[in-house]
Amino acid sequence: MNGYHLDHLQHLETEAIHVMREVAGEFERPALLFSGGKDSICLLRLAEKAFRPSELPLPLLNVDTGHHFPELNEFRDRRAKELGAKLIIRRVEDAIARGVAVPAPGEISRNRLQIPTLLDAIEEFRFDCCIGGARRDEEKARAKERFFSFRDSFGQWDPKNQRPEIWNLYNARINPGENMRVFPLSNWTEMDVWEYIRRERLAVPSIYFSHRRPCVRRQGQWLPVTDLLPPKPGEIVRELVVRVRTIGDIISTGMVESPADSVDDIIAEIAAARVTERGSRADDRSSEAAMEDRKKAGYF
Amino acid sequence: MPASTQHPVDILRFNTCGSVDDGKSTLIGRLLYDSKSLMEDQIEALERSADITGGGQINLANLTDGLRAEREQGITIDVAYRYFATPRRKFIIADTPGHVQYTRNMVTGASSANLSVVLVDARAGVIEQSRRHTCIASLLRIPHLIVAVNKMDLVGWSEERFHEIRDEFEEFLPRLDMKDVRFIPISALNGDNVVDPSPHTPWYPGPTLLGHLEAVHIGSDWNLNGFRLPVQWVNRPNHPQNPRLHDFRGFSGQIAGGIVRVGQKVLALPAGITSTVQEIWTFDGPVREAFCPQSVTLVLSHDIDVSRGSMIIGLDSLPGAETELHANVCWMHQRPLQRGKKYFLKHTANTVQAVVSEIEHRINITTLEPEPAPAELALNDIGEIRLRTAKPLVYDGYAANRLTGSFILIEQGTNATVAAGMLKAPRELVKPESADYMI
Repeated sequence: MNGYHLDHLQHLETEAIHVMREVAGEFERPALLFSGGKDSICLLRLAEKAFRPSELPLPLLNVDTGHHFPELNEFRDRRAKELGAKLIIRRVEDAIARGVAVPAPGEISRNRLQIPTLLDAIEEFRFDCCIGGARRDEEKARAKERFFSFRDSFGQWDPKNQRPEIWNLYNARINPGENMRVFPLSNWTEMDVWEYIRRERLAVPSIYFSHRRPCVRRQGQWLPVTDLLPPKPGEIVRELVVRVRTIGDIISTGMVESPADSVDDIIAEIAAARVTERGSRADDRSSEAAMEDRKKAGYF
Repeated sequence: MPASTQHPVDILRFNTCGSVDDGKSTLIGRLLYDSKSLMEDQIEALERSADITGGGQINLANLTDGLRAEREQGITIDVAYRYFATPRRKFIIADTPGHVQYTRNMVTGASSANLSVVLVDARAGVIEQSRRHTCIASLLRIPHLIVAVNKMDLVGWSEERFHEIRDEFEEFLPRLDMKDVRFIPISALNGDNVVDPSPHTPWYPGPTLLGHLEAVHIGSDWNLNGFRLPVQWVNRPNHPQNPRLHDFRGFSGQIAGGIVRVGQKVLALPAGITSTVQEIWTFDGPVREAFCPQSVTLVLSHDIDVSRGSMIIGLDSLPGAETELHANVCWMHQRPLQRGKKYFLKHTANTVQAVVSEIEHRINITTLEPEPAPAELALNDIGEIRLRTAKPLVYDGYAANRLTGSFILIEQGTNATVAAGMLKAPRELVKPESADYMI
C-alpha cells in the first residue's frame, strides 16, 4: 500500500468534480438546481471545488412550489448570497396564473406542477443543461439513470433508449431545444451525503435537526400541521420531537421522530435505520412506478 | 449493520453478467439482503409485489428490475446501479443484462469496473454467453474476475460438476490475458457462499463471494505511471480587484495517470511547449503533489496556449500524437458502422471529427479470434478498425491507460453514442524537443 490512495468520499468527490467541469466545458448555458436540501448543498460545495478561484460559471435555479418549508427557502437564499452566486427562482404559483401549469380538479399537491414550471424556466433562460442532485440509490427508476441524462424537446426521459456511458466519457452533444440533466451525485448514497457534509463542515437547514412540531398521523406518516395542512375533524394533533430525513413539499413530507440534533447523531441514526429515505415521501408511495412515470414527464 | 460511522476504506466497483435466468438479479438481491443493506420498506414493497404477481414468493430480482417493462417481462433492460457497504468496503454494483442484444450495456456497466462477476448456471455449464462476457471483460481489461457457479443446489452440490465447469473455463482463459480469476460455487436463491459460508460445500476451501469482494486488492488498479492531465476547463477568474486572481490562469482537470509535483517539468500537447508546474491549486489549499484520479487545477510558469482538450503530460513517459488510429471498437447502435462515414470522436476532454478508413476484421467474441473483414460492424459486434482524425489525438494504448486509451464515437446529427473504442499502443511517441507533428 502506498500513500497514493483515495478513500470512498474522495473518490466520489473527484468523480463529481470531473462531471461538473465537463458541464462547464461542453455547455453554453448550464444551470445548477439548488433547493437548499442536503443533496444540493453537496452539489454547491462540489461546484466550488470544481471552479474556484473563479466565480461559479452557472446560475442557481430553484422551482418554488409555494409549499416549501420556510426554513428551506431561508437557507437557500442565504447560501446563494454567501457564495456570490446568481439565484433564479421560478414559482409554480406564477406558472399556474399564466396557464403554463394547470392543476387537475381538486389537485392540492404541487408535485406534478413543478414539471411544467421547470420546463418553462429552462425555455425562458434557454438553459441547455441543468445539474441536479439526484442519486441512484434513492429509488429503483433512478438506479437506471445516467450521469448525463438526455431529454428530448418535450423534456422527456426515455429509459429504454439511453445513451450508453462508458468509462468517464460523457456524450454531451444535443440539438437546439433539447436538454441535458446531469447528476454528479449519481454514485452517492444517503450515508455518503451526510459523511461529506460532516467532513466539509457544511451548514444544513435547521429542519434536518430535531425540533418540536405539531403533527397529524396520515397513512402511516406524521405530517406537519400548517395552514396548508390543517387537521381534519376528528384528527388528533400531537406535538412531537421530529426531524426531516428527506425534504419534499410541506404537505407531503413525513416527519421522523428523532432526537438527532447534530450531524453525528444523524449519521448514527441513518446507520441504524431500517427504512429508506424515500419511505417518508408520500409522493413516491402512490405506486411501484410512481417515480418512473414522473421522470418520463420531465421530473428530476 | 453495514455502513457504520467508521469510514470504509475504499470503493470497489463491480458488474454482474450472465445470460438470462442465470440469476444475476437474484444474486444482487441476495447480497443486499444478507448483508442487511435492504430496508424494511424495500422488503415490504417486495412482499406487496410478490402478493400481486409472484404468487406469494418474494422475488429478489424485483429489487433491481426497476422499470415497469422489466417487471412485466421478467427481464433486465438496462444497467441498474446498486450500492451497499460493509464495514470493510463500499460497493457499487452495475447489474448488466444478459441478452445478446444488450451487450452494449454490459460494456457500459463493465467499463469502469474493478471486477466482473460472471454467473454460470451449474446445470448448463459454460455456454456461449459465458465466453462472451469473459471475453468482453478481458477486452475491457477489468483487473479481476469471479466466476460464480450458481444453482449448485440443482446439481446436488456436486464437487465434480464444479470442477468440470472450472476446467472448461480454464481451457480458454490463457488466451484472454486475465490475471486474477477465481471460481466460487454458490446458490444465489438460497444464499449459499454468497455472504455466509455454505454447509453444502465442505470441499470448497475458499472465501464466500462477499468475502472475496471485501478482500480483493484493488490499490494498484489506478495508473500511477506517466503523468496525464486532460484539460477540461481553463480557470480564469479575471478578478477586477484582486491582482493575484486577475492574472490567475489555471488548467483544471482530473488526473488520468501518474503523479504530478510542484516544480516538475511538463509538456503541453498539442502545443508542444514545455513548462514547469508552479502551483497545484485545489479548493482546500495548494498541494505539493497530486495523483490519479484526483481533480486539480495546475498553474504553469509560462503563459502558453492550453485550452479544453489539451493534455498536460510528464516527460518521463510519452504518449502518441497521431491522426491515424488503430482500435478495437464495440458497436452500440442499430445503424451499423460504415467505412467512410464521419463521426465525432470524444477522447478525454477532446472531441474531434473522425472517419473510419478501414474495418480490418470482426472479432469472434466467443474465441477472440479475428474473422475476415466484414463490410460493416453491426450492433454488439466488436471489431478492429482504423480511423483518421481531423486533428492529432494525444493518447496512450488502452492496455497502458484505460482513461487516455479509450474513446467513444458519436453519430453526427442524432448525437447517439454509437461505439466504445480501445486504442492500440501508438506506433510512435511524441518527441518533446520537436513540434513537427503540429498542424
